[in-house]
Amino acid sequence: MSPTNLHMYALATPLIGAFAVMVLGRYSRRAVAPIVLGVLSFSFAAALTVFLQVLSGGGFRYVVGNWLAPYGIELSVDHLGSLMQVLVSGVALTASVSALKSVANDLQDRQHLFFTLYLILIAGLHGLVLTADAFNVYVLLEIASITAYGLIALGRGRAIVSSFNYVIMGSTGACFYLLGIGYLYILTGTLNMADLARIIPTLQSGPALATAFSFCIVGLWIKMAFFPLHVWLPNAYSDMPDGAAVLVAPLMTKVTIYLMIRFMFSIFSPAYEFIQHAGVQQIVVGMAALGIVCASAMALGQKNLRRMLTYLIIAEVGYMVGGVWLANTQGLTGAILHIVNDALMTLCLFLAVSAIASRAGALDFESLRGLFRRMPVTMAALVVAALSMIGVPPTCGFFSKWYLLLGGIQAGQWLYVGALIFSSLVNAVLFFRVIEIAYFRTPDEGAHGSGHEAVPIREAPAAMLQPLVAAAAALVVVGLATGPLVQHVIRFALPGGF
Amino acid sequence: MNLQPSTWPLAAVLISLLGTVPILLSERRPNLRETWTVLISLGKFAIIASMLPAVLEGGGYRFTLAEVLPGVAIALRVDAMGMYFALVASFLWILTSIYSIGYMRALDEHDQTRYYASFAVAMSATIGVAFSANLLTLYLFYEMLSLSTYPLVTHKQDAEARSAGRKYLTYLLGTSVALTLPAMILIYVLTGTLDFSVGGILAGKADASTVSILLVLLVFGFAKAAVMPLHGWLPAAMVAPTPVSSFLHGVAVVKVGVFSILRMVFFIFGTGLLADLNLGAVLTALASVTILGASLVALTQDNLKRRLAYSTISQLSYMILGAGMLTTAGMAGGLLHLSMHAFGKITLFLCAGAIYIAAHKSNISEMDGLGRRMPVTYAAFFMASLSIIGMPPMGGFLSKWSLVVGAIDGGQLLLVAVVLVSSLLSAAYFFPIVYRGFFARAAGENGPEEIREAPILCLIPLSVTALFCLGLFLWPSLALQLIQMVVSP
Repeated sequence: MSPTNLHMYALATPLIGAFAVMVLGRYSRRAVAPIVLGVLSFSFAAALTVFLQVLSGGGFRYVVGNWLAPYGIELSVDHLGSLMQVLVSGVALTASVSALKSVANDLQDRQHLFFTLYLILIAGLHGLVLTADAFNVYVLLEIASITAYGLIALGRGRAIVSSFNYVIMGSTGACFYLLGIGYLYILTGTLNMADLARIIPTLQSGPALATAFSFCIVGLWIKMAFFPLHVWLPNAYSDMPDGAAVLVAPLMTKVTIYLMIRFMFSIFSPAYEFIQHAGVQQIVVGMAALGIVCASAMALGQKNLRRMLTYLIIAEVGYMVGGVWLANTQGLTGAILHIVNDALMTLCLFLAVSAIASRAGALDFESLRGLFRRMPVTMAALVVAALSMIGVPPTCGFFSKWYLLLGGIQAGQWLYVGALIFSSLVNAVLFFRVIEIAYFRTPDEGAHGSGHEAVPIREAPAAMLQPLVAAAAALVVVGLATGPLVQHVIRFALPGGF
Repeated sequence: MNLQPSTWPLAAVLISLLGTVPILLSERRPNLRETWTVLISLGKFAIIASMLPAVLEGGGYRFTLAEVLPGVAIALRVDAMGMYFALVASFLWILTSIYSIGYMRALDEHDQTRYYASFAVAMSATIGVAFSANLLTLYLFYEMLSLSTYPLVTHKQDAEARSAGRKYLTYLLGTSVALTLPAMILIYVLTGTLDFSVGGILAGKADASTVSILLVLLVFGFAKAAVMPLHGWLPAAMVAPTPVSSFLHGVAVVKVGVFSILRMVFFIFGTGLLADLNLGAVLTALASVTILGASLVALTQDNLKRRLAYSTISQLSYMILGAGMLTTAGMAGGLLHLSMHAFGKITLFLCAGAIYIAAHKSNISEMDGLGRRMPVTYAAFFMASLSIIGMPPMGGFLSKWSLVVGAIDGGQLLLVAVVLVSSLLSAAYFFPIVYRGFFARAAGENGPEEIREAPILCLIPLSVTALFCLGLFLWPSLALQLIQMVVSP
């Protein structure tokens, strides 16, 4: 294994692991955990090594199987791509520790099926963050989506219906994207991103190119649940098994936003989006602001922690899309930073949800009463994540919000700035409502005096607690490392021409 | 200013934060736990005091943790202004810790471990605010203080505590996110830095209207200073146990608010810029309204702690008033009032707590004749109220004197009237308490007979702080020296 194709191994091992889990897990349930953890640990270590190499030696392009581009499959291992690969593999590893425990409870003898899908999904995400080919984006996006449909369908209650809704919406999005790619292929005769970027500026900017662009973007927006194309998300994300939610919720929307950035800046150019179509840019930022406000407002109406979080994911998508379309360095920096931060925050929140669910069962606000006494560590981690969502330093959420606000002010997008601040305030209300319920009310709600008697501590199992604490710590560590992260990684991801 | 790199500022902040670990671990052994609390508070004071000589020589220390944004780091620095506040706060924490032990045990309160741990975190945040080197770091510790005091304010965990806690966070977190954060970003956009530097950073970078907007955003954004109309959280927070009210709502939390505003005035805006744009008037107008309004409300309160709370609201604005005068004497008076009021108000609250422990009374109308039963407590109460009113021979006289001189220097006779009228009002709401305590006859004669002084662990701290009110009148030189270094660098 040479160091230059380590990223391929990071991608391929989950895929191979998926088949191993399928075959071996059928015979012995105990085979599942070692394979999953082994494969994902290796993948994480490999991604981290590649990332360090890129940091010191710069990014590179890689041709799969020596079939030269534009016909062969090309991967681009640059700063942003390998950062995303570290993020994907790190989140996947952390999530899987908790997922192994919760899936063992939820789906006793279907574990190996669950983890087959789970590992294929991870492989798909690895591919998405590395690919340098617009058509492969479609293929890998479908791999990731179809496995996600399957994982959601394994969930509780009306999961099948939610999954089906998601299938319809997701496939519509995929169709849009595929059509857009078709237009691009007709116009340029290539699907390689670098080739596309070279040819597109030479074309006349006509309705055909605009159609290609808008079809692709709308397709991606559906996949990432950008307001108002979000309606599939709350049900799908709240009905899926907790083991799947800890992986899907942090990564799927974030990777799609990464794809949008790739599409906008590696295929098209800032000049095309922001100068030739400045009016569109205004509208998109406005939509993002509207989306943030509406999703936050809808989150206020929820009476279940899990559903509340799904609406917050939609609001956060607005943050990032808006940040990218602000068309300045600060905004894009903030958006990329927020991809990382929001993935970690969502991971931490859903790990906490999973831990609570393992003890309290339901996640209606009513069943959270008195949780601070029973699960102090889980609640402490939830508080850290909540602070990050509100944007309290030194948690990482503050710093991406800072860059986004800075970008918004520089661009003069006061609506977007207002929406960000509004959403911070709403997040404060949302999370302190939850914290208040968990802090004040005792489960039996007896007389005042009885509330202070010792309630036995009954924490979640260690396998769910450890990843949760790690994720909460990561929120602070990444927050403090914002300076180097922007300086040494994100700076290289910004396209010229701003 | 010559600041040398050192880890001492970090140690001063962290000692009580890390101290929560042994406190939490010794949950089952209360004596050990309280020993930790006292040791940590002593250690904190010692570390801070050890940095004093360098500051007095015109130097100081700095520490940079990480540069998180271009040109903005999470960094600490120890200068005269921070040292002044940190000394007061960490000294009073020692006394409050001792008092807490007496109070919490006398009332057999629940969840004492959480109480002491939160207190230690809040103390870290307070010193962090004092030693912040830039606005971002200050904001970080400011938020940390709001959050770590939430479990203290809501300690009783009943319906009243819950609504008080809700109000507390709504005011403090709401204003800091909605007002301070945008102001901070605007300052960063305008200047490219957030560092506190002598003479301010905004001069020449922003036009008059922007500066006025920023000033209003920041005065209200630091709602811990309780400038009207954002004062509602303070009386509500009086539902907390008395040591919390005394320390956090008499000293740390509210003073952090004022300290932050003064930091902005001296080190972000710069007094020169405010004088050029004639914006001192904004500060003095807001402060005057609060001083008089809150004093009038205090007159009507029958609950002792609520009356003290409104008195606090009024007294806090003296400090803002002094800064807004933009004369040397005025600014010095404002800063001096920070420590004078701290010692006075903490004594008053500690007395209120002692009365509650001994007699289980919290309304002034029920306190007739108590002074004869609790002479030490009432004597301390009397001394502290003299200091707050501003009468010699108490420390409060010096700060009010300086404020009046500052107002006259600036030719603002209206402000002289504000200070004098409000002093009269504070006499009007303090003296009846003392009078009733010593001279009024209790309605039911059997009541006060059984009442004795509070436990000794409560009496010692309140006597010490009361004596300090007197001592600061006689020997104010250390405070004055530090203040001189701030107002005329």
